[in-house]
Amino acid sequence: MNNRPAPAPAPAIDILLGVLFGVILTKAEVISWFRIQEMFRFEAFHMFGIIGSAIAVAAVSRRLLPPPPAPTLCGEPTPTADASADDQTGRGTRFWLGGAIFGLGWALTGACPGPLFILIGGGISVMVVALASALAGTWAYGYLRSRLPH
Amino acid sequence: MLPSVLTDTWPWYVAGPLIGLFVPLLQILGGKQLGLSGNLRHLCAALLPRRPAFLQYDWKSTGVWNLLFAFGTAIGGWIGIHLLGTREIALSPTAQTALHQLGLTDLSGLVPRELFSWPALLTLRGFVSVVVGGFLVGFGTAYAGGCTSSHAISGLSNFQLRSLLAVLGFFAGGLFATHLLLPLLF
Repeated sequence: MNNRPAPAPAPAIDILLGVLFGVILTKAEVISWFRIQEMFRFEAFHMFGIIGSAIAVAAVSRRLLPPPPAPTLCGEPTPTADASADDQTGRGTRFWLGGAIFGLGWALTGACPGPLFILIGGGISVMVVALASALAGTWAYGYLRSRLPH
Repeated sequence: MLPSVLTDTWPWYVAGPLIGLFVPLLQILGGKQLGLSGNLRHLCAALLPRRPAFLQYDWKSTGVWNLLFAFGTAIGGWIGIHLLGTREIALSPTAQTALHQLGLTDLSGLVPRELFSWPALLTLRGFVSVVVGGFLVGFGTAYAGGCTSSHAISGLSNFQLRSLLAVLGFFAGGLFATHLLLPLLF
């Protein structure tokens, strides 16, 4: 398996994969506040089935594929979707506490970061405000970071 | 006419496995990890002034593919809604009853208009849903280092303890907001 980043046509592939991801999340109604409410009220299996089967398929394919390239030849870390996950681990407070803060927001907006982009693209224009507010939240975390338990 | 298999709601056993396949797909196509929350950080690093250290890094080398992916999902949302007709949610009757009890009268559309529309921004419940909720999403993902796709799907499928902690946190926060905050605020 080739571990190096894909060459030339990569941008087009990244966009195309995003389009497919966006269509799937939209058609499965994962982007709907109603569905998130239904999930947190345990009133339908839909969301649990989606998240559970996605994890199962991803876990099986991880076993079938060779392990991911930890450091590349140049010694640089693999570009991950979320660079901050690698930064500092500490005692793990950040995961449950940050997760709980995110969960509050997830239930209120009915959207995690992916659906924010999808809803804006789908024409729910007021979600631009939610995205701007999410950017402010990320900025605020950066500002307070050294004072927060991790 | 498009076949109804495309235009109907995609069931969980179709959508879930398809979403899961993005983990190996992204890994094969360049060793990337599924996740979208990093984009909030990349956008801050690219756009905002007076950046704290957390936002001073080379976002172009780590973030461009992720931003392109997010741009793609926005196009996918347009296709899903406007070409493939995702306009009404087949919500379970018990959930409908619960939301009516919460004070929502209009359960039509993809998201409730009484919360997610420009006029609703000026109401308490609309402001809380859009502005406060958005802020907490941005703060929480940055703090936890990931969101639903990166921690729940990517992380749990790799048996990461940190992701399990994060997902337990997601649900603790979500249950608290749904069952205690919403009845107070709506």
